[in-house]
Amino acid sequence: MKRYDAIIVGGGHNGLTCAAYLARAGRKVLVLERRERVGGAAVSEEVFPGFRFSVFSYVVSLLRPEIIRELELPRHGLQILPLESTLTPLPNGDYFAQWSDHDQNRRELARHSQRDAEAYDEFGLLLHRMARAIKPLLGVAPPDPTSLDPRELWDLWRLGRYFRELPEKDLYALWKLLTMSAADYLDEWFDGEALKGTKSASGIIGTMLGPRSPGTAYVLLHHYMGELDGVFRAWGFARGGNGSVSAAIAAAAQAHGAEIRTQAPVAKVLVSGGRASGVVLENGEELYGPAIVSGADPRRTFLGLVGEGQLPDDFVASIKRYKFRGSSAKVNLALAEPPRFTCLPEPGPHLRGAFSISPSVDYLEHAYDDAKYGEISRRPYMDIIMPSMLDPSMAPPGKHVMSIFVQYAPYHLNGGWNDARREELGNTVVSTLAEYAPNLPNAILHRQVITPADIERIVGLSEGNIFQGELSLQQMFFLRPAPAWARYRTPIRGLFQCGSGTHPGGGVMGAAGRNAAMAILEGRA
Amino acid sequence: MLKTTPFHERTSALCVSHAWRRWAGHVVASSYELTHEREYHVIRSAAALFDVSPLCKYLVRGRDAARLLDLIVTRNVHKAAVGQVLYTPWCDHAGKVIDDGTVARLDETTFRMTSAEPNLRWLQDNATGLEVNIADISNGIAALSLQGPMAWSILQSLGAPALKYFRIAAASLGGIAVTVSRTGYTGDLGFEIWTDAANALPLWDVVMAAGRPYGMMPTGLLALDMARIEAGLMLIDVDYVPANKALIPSQLSSPYELDLAWTVNLDKERFIGRDALAREKAAGPAWQFVGIELEWNSLERLYADAGLATRLPNAAWRMSVPLYADREQIGYCTSGAWSPLLKKYIALAHVPTRWAAPGTALEMEMTVEHRRKRTAARVVKKPFFDPPRKRA
Repeated sequence: MKRYDAIIVGGGHNGLTCAAYLARAGRKVLVLERRERVGGAAVSEEVFPGFRFSVFSYVVSLLRPEIIRELELPRHGLQILPLESTLTPLPNGDYFAQWSDHDQNRRELARHSQRDAEAYDEFGLLLHRMARAIKPLLGVAPPDPTSLDPRELWDLWRLGRYFRELPEKDLYALWKLLTMSAADYLDEWFDGEALKGTKSASGIIGTMLGPRSPGTAYVLLHHYMGELDGVFRAWGFARGGNGSVSAAIAAAAQAHGAEIRTQAPVAKVLVSGGRASGVVLENGEELYGPAIVSGADPRRTFLGLVGEGQLPDDFVASIKRYKFRGSSAKVNLALAEPPRFTCLPEPGPHLRGAFSISPSVDYLEHAYDDAKYGEISRRPYMDIIMPSMLDPSMAPPGKHVMSIFVQYAPYHLNGGWNDARREELGNTVVSTLAEYAPNLPNAILHRQVITPADIERIVGLSEGNIFQGELSLQQMFFLRPAPAWARYRTPIRGLFQCGSGTHPGGGVMGAAGRNAAMAILEGRA
Repeated sequence: MLKTTPFHERTSALCVSHAWRRWAGHVVASSYELTHEREYHVIRSAAALFDVSPLCKYLVRGRDAARLLDLIVTRNVHKAAVGQVLYTPWCDHAGKVIDDGTVARLDETTFRMTSAEPNLRWLQDNATGLEVNIADISNGIAALSLQGPMAWSILQSLGAPALKYFRIAAASLGGIAVTVSRTGYTGDLGFEIWTDAANALPLWDVVMAAGRPYGMMPTGLLALDMARIEAGLMLIDVDYVPANKALIPSQLSSPYELDLAWTVNLDKERFIGRDALAREKAAGPAWQFVGIELEWNSLERLYADAGLATRLPNAAWRMSVPLYADREQIGYCTSGAWSPLLKKYIALAHVPTRWAAPGTALEMEMTVEHRRKRTAARVVKKPFFDPPRKRA
């Protein structure tokens, strides 16, 4: 019987990151992945012959730069291409675009609102400072302010000192960001409806909240913390799709000696005397090790793999209350030709950036209204990219792949999800897009529609929540996933968590995996 | 008056940035788009099309053509097969580098030489008594460089013949007579396409149309400069001073000092600079041309101390930056860049041999918020980026 120092349950990007760091520190590590490929929700698959898709997650930005450096991911094949512009087509046939060139961007802003053009840089500067203020929080286990553990008190004191050093006005701004809605926050700054719509969209991604729901301003900031080449709010995508991120991390883990087994679903975490001792695979095989690290979300980990009976009641209650409420879906299209937007029909640089269907805050709030009562948005918010524009390896020459993030498609759909509702969602997406790019329906060669129920079934994310639990304030920082158990530890000794369901949350960051590994290595978890 | 290249009618229409850079008396686009970022990335993810017409080009023909070139350059030209291209420096009699470029053997007695600086006089002066004809074809030949992972797919779609690394062949692209060499200045899979200047515009159109389905973009020199640093390729007047422009001896460099020992063929009985180079080889070069990688944590700390997020250059820099060991300046960097591909801050540098071993810890000067600081760096092997597809 083989023994390992650590067994990682789930080969998602966080599990792989955790494995890589543990292996790098000389630990004997085994990663167990249920599917035939590693990556979890960060996978690339040739869904249709010749067309490769980032099936679920589709952009890279939040991936921590220190992980890229420390695991030498570029050497292991990671190549990140920039996504520089965002085009928001408008119902009136005009558009609103955000460009990477400063002058071009300012001119475009001014076309819609002279005041916005002037406020934009100041807003960017503030969010840059906010992102910098929050950044030190990302790389540490979040200390619990109620804890009397001297190590946590020390961490708390250090963070406290850090925040005290922030200028007063930045602290006020941070508090506002933590408590306000994205729409209210943006209203303080901007007039332009398309700008506010598009910016507030970052505040609702992955949540079952609308742009006017309090707390969404923080999610906006969360998405602002993406950092590429030292620049915040820089988005990119991986050459070869998001599976390349996972593949590079897996290669780094293997180079450090980690063992990775696919098609090895874990049925149960073995617990005896309040201590985890190993795992049982679905085929009955038992594997043992002193540290079992779960990359699965808190519900699957505790209510599934461990079992309620092994856990304290109040903890079980917290986990049961932990909110998932998946609200987004994914539509992947293989296209014979790029979309021709009514507002910009000719091919141009705009095709190499993102397209956002978010003409106004009202549009998004209406989309949320439908979802609040259990329906698919009649006109959903969409965040769209065409990776094949910059990465021709994704599609046959001249053809394209289009990745469409769709919200809202509530997990708790009236009557539940079935094939007919999935097709309905696909049709809604295509017909909504066709309002802006009439050639699109006829350009579609293949269509893949992935509902929150599909995400849960295929990837194992409970209720299809892409962040392993909503990024809302009541389940962030020292409350993620449960009070008193936010530092990657669990009530079971020897059982750890490393998924997005722990601090600092989701978005192909890898931070949770790295932090968990550090906590395990320091023996403080 | 600055000259334009034979592609100017097309490139100027595409150059929306109006950003041009001088190159050998010509203007060539610095970037076509407003920022060069995408152009940089297509070199590594799709394909980039560069106008490289300003290169100096010479046609050397005749019974003694090989003899002349073998006398001038450090590599063995007699051994070059027909269809082979040699990258090589050439030296003065003291063994100091005058220029570097390529020598392509088009047939048994015909060669095309490329160089950065004019070399007609040097060729002519050394051809005394040889049966050779030397023609400056710099203006007559237009050249495109097609670089990146999709470069071969694009050429293949035009019916070009397969080529091994550093080989050249005649081809017809869309009915236009060209020669295609598997060469370039990016360290990637890539080709250079040579044709009569009269064919320039139709050739541009043919290649642009063929490249479109593969995500190819016309690309300027800002992006090229970053790629060539990643490839560890030196640039004349930036990374070294050519011997015929050096004002003081310390400005001179031998091939050994430029990491070009592999190009010096001392088995050849006679070539210009041979004796000096043989002596230098025996004694060991005083200087080395090395790769430098900055340590991120040190860099981040410098900026954090100033209350700033780490600031990275978005384009390559070309200037002399001091390198330190034990608080003493021991050498200098001549070009550097943040590599978005490698996620590393890299530089090319000249250091005395004792500091040249990979892994050697050094410090590079860096000005942060108007103050001169030193950031930790170490010597690393070149090239920084060397994908298998380059030679595959």
